[in-house]
Amino acid sequence: MHGHWGDTLQPALVQHVELTAIAVGIGFALAFPLALLAHRYRRLEQPIGVLSALLYTIPSLALFQLLVPFTGLTWTTVEIALVSYTLVILFPNIVTGLHSAPDEVIEAARGMGLTRRQVLWRVELPLAVPAIVGGLRIAVVSTVAIGTIAAFLLPDGLGYPIFLALKEPTPFKTEIYSAGVLAVALALFCDGLLVVLKRALVPWARKGVA
Amino acid sequence: MSAVTQAAEIAFDQVTKRYAGRDQAAIDNLSLEIAAGTFCVLVGPSGGGKTTALKLVNRLIPFDSGEIRIDGRSIAEFPVTELRRGIGYVIQQVGLFPHMTVGDNIGTVPGLLGWPKQKIAARTAELLELVGLERADAKRYPAQLSGGQRQRVGLARALAADPPLLLMDEPFGALDPITRLRLQTELLRLHEEVGKTIIFVTHDVDEAIKMGDRIAILREGGVLAQYDTPDAILAHPTDDFVKEFIGEDRALRRLALRTLADVTLEPAAPTEPGLRVSKTTTLRNAVSQMLEGNTDRVVVVDGDTVLGVFSLADAGALL
Repeated sequence: MHGHWGDTLQPALVQHVELTAIAVGIGFALAFPLALLAHRYRRLEQPIGVLSALLYTIPSLALFQLLVPFTGLTWTTVEIALVSYTLVILFPNIVTGLHSAPDEVIEAARGMGLTRRQVLWRVELPLAVPAIVGGLRIAVVSTVAIGTIAAFLLPDGLGYPIFLALKEPTPFKTEIYSAGVLAVALALFCDGLLVVLKRALVPWARKGVA
Repeated sequence: MSAVTQAAEIAFDQVTKRYAGRDQAAIDNLSLEIAAGTFCVLVGPSGGGKTTALKLVNRLIPFDSGEIRIDGRSIAEFPVTELRRGIGYVIQQVGLFPHMTVGDNIGTVPGLLGWPKQKIAARTAELLELVGLERADAKRYPAQLSGGQRQRVGLARALAADPPLLLMDEPFGALDPITRLRLQTELLRLHEEVGKTIIFVTHDVDEAIKMGDRIAILREGGVLAQYDTPDAILAHPTDDFVKEFIGEDRALRRLALRTLADVTLEPAAPTEPGLRVSKTTTLRNAVSQMLEGNTDRVVVVDGDTVLGVFSLADAGALL
């Protein structure tokens, strides 16, 4: 088991973390400005939303296959697909978060003399944090899950040990279980981290009503 | 407690506001002069344009023609954010920032104006006391406060940068009657202390009469029906609309504006028989007690001392 961890599982785990981090990172970097745009110009919200929903309906494996002729059997292919999914999850969550500030709060803010930009950064964004973190949680967990399918293209990530094991005439169950458990554990761990992050960023939500 | 600071003089000059697609104007050729330090109430039925008129002043709503001047200068001259930071704004639902503490809420405009931290902290403490809250409340979040407390914070927040003008849009409308009464009384006291110009919108005639130094009655279509002191409006309503709006009991309402301490009483002996009534009683309540006691006079006292007699005829003569 010891050699097994060092040889197979640990690198797989590390790759998986990398895969997820890149996908969520880029997905967020794209979704955030798009969401700000859609929030500011409400007309854009629907077209962008529809486009991203379309992307999401394409099954992951199919998306991978569609990309391979263009981008080859590389990390890029996998990442393009994964980023599309995180984008699709994060965009509506961020937009909803930005819309969630109550009207009277915005009116009071404007009436007090905050500029539009100040209203965004000091009021709308802080109030959007719960929705954004919620979106990130879903995005991270989904990516960890879908990332295992990347093994069909590349010898990377936690899907790979599972993939290899399944190809054996008598599948070696420990491989499957351990990789699978690791994937789940990774997902839960990231989810937990984000919950803690949210609690730290949103002190006002924890206080009860008088 | 800071001394009475500057209060602004406001003038509406033939202001008109129309919404596209509607025949009737929201505000129609409104001209109004509000002297510095006045508590001016805008009152009227729904659709009368009173909230619209208020929001024209801080340019939350733009107007089509005419001019609004603060201390002689047109509001169009100022950059909008500068204008708004110099005007306190209180709305019915309060609109406190839920993600900020009470203290941070109050310190918002001073922060925008670049006040040093200590000055903001000192001002916040001062304001909390002024509006009847405790220092400890500064650390709490809006969700932890009651409706009445939130509106007090809203008031403190509006006063934070010491603006010469306060705009209040039905601020007590969402509160229960007891809290509303309490806050009305406190606002009157506050106004006496700080003396700022206040423009206060309400649909409640009683609130208008209680609070206002001057009342502006706006009828539908944003037309000014009458602008005068509460007593003058009650004594001489200009037309049927105003008469109907202030109610048929306007004579009694006029009597409610004064107490027995304010009027000249008929002389009476210390042993004068009759119903004893405290000098702090309003004339209206005195008349009410006369009716209840089936008498036409009451003996006015200050503690145990007999001050004089007040009769129904006296009340009638005052109207």
